[in-house]
Amino acid sequence: MELSIEETIRTAVPKELKTVSGSVALLEGLIAEGTEVVFGYPGGAIMPIYDALYDFKARLQHILVRHEQGATHAAQGFARTSGKVGVVFATSGPGATNLVTGLADAQIDSTPLVCITGQVFSHLLGTDAFQETDVINITTPVTKWNYQVTDANEIPAVLAKAFYIAKSGRPGPVLIDITKDAQIQKIDYEGYTPCNHIRSYRPKPNIRMAYIEEAAAMINAAKKPFILFGQGVLLGGAEKEFQAFVEKSGIPAAWTILGAGAIPSDHPLNVGMLGMHGNYGPNVQTNSCDVLIAIGMRFDDRVTGRLDKYATQAKVIHLDIDPAEIDKNVKADVPVWGDCKDTLPLLTARVEGRQHNDWRAEFAVFEKIEQEELISKELEPGSGELTMGEVIHQLNQLTKGEAIIVSDVGQHQMVACRYAKLNNTRSNVTSGGLGTMGFGLPAAIGAKFGRPDRTVVAVIGDGGFQMTLQELGTIMQSGVDVKIMILNNQFLGMVRQWQQLFNEKRYSFVDITSPDFIKLAESYYIAGKKVTEREELIPALTQMLEHKGSFVLEVMVEKELNVFPMVPQGCSVSEIRLK
Amino acid sequence: MKDAEFTDKKQEYTISVYTENQVGLLNRIAIIFSRRKINIESLNVSPSEIQHIHRFNIVVNETPDTVRKVARQIEKQVEVLKVYFNTNDDIIWQEMALYKVPTDVIAEKVYVERLLRENGARAVVIRKDYTVFETTGHREETDKLIEVLQPYGLIEFVRSARVAIIKNSQGFNEKLREFEREEPGQDVVELEHSDTKRDVFTM
Repeated sequence: MELSIEETIRTAVPKELKTVSGSVALLEGLIAEGTEVVFGYPGGAIMPIYDALYDFKARLQHILVRHEQGATHAAQGFARTSGKVGVVFATSGPGATNLVTGLADAQIDSTPLVCITGQVFSHLLGTDAFQETDVINITTPVTKWNYQVTDANEIPAVLAKAFYIAKSGRPGPVLIDITKDAQIQKIDYEGYTPCNHIRSYRPKPNIRMAYIEEAAAMINAAKKPFILFGQGVLLGGAEKEFQAFVEKSGIPAAWTILGAGAIPSDHPLNVGMLGMHGNYGPNVQTNSCDVLIAIGMRFDDRVTGRLDKYATQAKVIHLDIDPAEIDKNVKADVPVWGDCKDTLPLLTARVEGRQHNDWRAEFAVFEKIEQEELISKELEPGSGELTMGEVIHQLNQLTKGEAIIVSDVGQHQMVACRYAKLNNTRSNVTSGGLGTMGFGLPAAIGAKFGRPDRTVVAVIGDGGFQMTLQELGTIMQSGVDVKIMILNNQFLGMVRQWQQLFNEKRYSFVDITSPDFIKLAESYYIAGKKVTEREELIPALTQMLEHKGSFVLEVMVEKELNVFPMVPQGCSVSEIRLK
Repeated sequence: MKDAEFTDKKQEYTISVYTENQVGLLNRIAIIFSRRKINIESLNVSPSEIQHIHRFNIVVNETPDTVRKVARQIEKQVEVLKVYFNTNDDIIWQEMALYKVPTDVIAEKVYVERLLRENGARAVVIRKDYTVFETTGHREETDKLIEVLQPYGLIEFVRSARVAIIKNSQGFNEKLREFEREEPGQDVVELEHSDTKRDVFTM
């Protein structure tokens, strides 16, 4: 029943005005946004927020990291597996500058983060005060948006805006810098109102039906259509819409590493990974298809190889939410602007049901060649030293593709992305665009907080692990259950591979020594095991997966094994080498 | 490839950016150029005809392809409303210059006054010791007057950034509606309806 205006006024409960500090308003706002966990590290300029947090312990979980970079990567892992916004607290000066790598990573990989940094008192701004840095200007190129708060009255609205910007449209990291006086300042708090509109901000471009029609006609006329999909499918929550499109159109689909898992690994139309170390067929066929349908991907140079020889024979249909991506690297014949969750069903409705059997058979031929010449040797070598590929292969057998795989950066990352079996979406967490070594361990911690119900396996190299290994302390203190596999080839393997292939084996500073990782884990009260022999592998993997709590499994793998296939830099994707 | 030749050619572009009035936005826009090592030849930022909305005029020498990409990356910024980019053929543009010269020279030498008049200069301030002239025009025009005045003891010179009006438009409002027509959608909004009381402006 609708109330009359008089009745509404009479029965309305007056909004309760509370006097609270800026810090409390911030924490209330975070809770109103559904924040359950914050990754952070205290310090002088953020002390009022931490003081307020003391009374919020029951409502807001805080994970004390060991370095602020770890906080950003953990928040990224959390966001990537949960689909929610990751939240970070850090202090001013070095605390804030330590966020930069994580922000840059989140920016290039479109990960929604809200980072709160403390700042010196507003009257000290610009005076080179203790632990003052110009964090707004430092982080401008690596944030989707940032804002400095000097008046606590702004906090609720700015926080609402921050969450809205971080998660809407093409997601990204946002930073709010709050001066210490604003954290302390008392305000009349009227409650929290989420933001859903900013007049100068268009999260999604308008869909232009003419292009949908044109794209559908092009797809229906195609003899050899090929789909490339990226993280946009996951970010749009469009996995079902995507699968429906693929299945109806019968078009083979290949993924970028951030798009992995949008459809299951063993889906018959999933033809594998794109790019420099992607699968043979997808790379070669890029240069023989007639229509290329790119969905939520941005034609990174690691995907395209040499641009002037990239799919020049094909018409390109590009679906993207970010108009700045259209024509940025590859010229689109039909730009389908919009969220693919909205545009894919429109396309599916217009495309004809097809099988494309002959065309798919071509992919099968390449797959067979790759399988025989490369994959089988790598996954089941039988003799000789252990390979990275077989570790991932055996892991697949045990997890049945149900685990979340977090990888660091380097050879093991390419191997993990190539071979990890993924049955589910949001199950492959890796640093794609920025290639941040040290990402893996903290990201795995966050990934587990994002999906506590799932097994999280971090695959990390001996180099990358040593960049952020202090986060073992975070694991120890929080008790989070993360399975850590260190694939140790005693080299900075990817750089060594390039030095072997392109610099005449001039191994310049790529041999890296490591501590006893198992003893290291032990000192953090984390169980561990080192594997050097093939027969130890499966029992050790089983032990790791069955262990209650975190586990470090170090596997000694072949020192000078190269990742293949490979599209050498400066070469076309169709010049991919199998050895 | 003929297309490639065309897109590789650099020329002068004027980029007009409509934005919110926000601290830090200048830097956010400037780094989009500096990231690609593009030099900004001229930059003017001032309030537009619509309250709380500012207009940037940025002049760069670049290829059309790069300018288009840069414009899209600027437009993507949260507080940017709209970006246009135009070649010199598409715009009417002016720069203003001020010249400070000793008054006695002007007073003594009649032909200096004539030169100034020929160059469309106007006296802004006349004092016993110096006179300030102003002229408005294209770069070559304001440059020319420097040459003219240099022998007569030019004391100081300053030039403003470029301001430009887009020829093919009936103002910001019309242009924006044009943009809307190209991309119709559920949130088509007429700018005339921008509600100044509630400070609402949507596109």
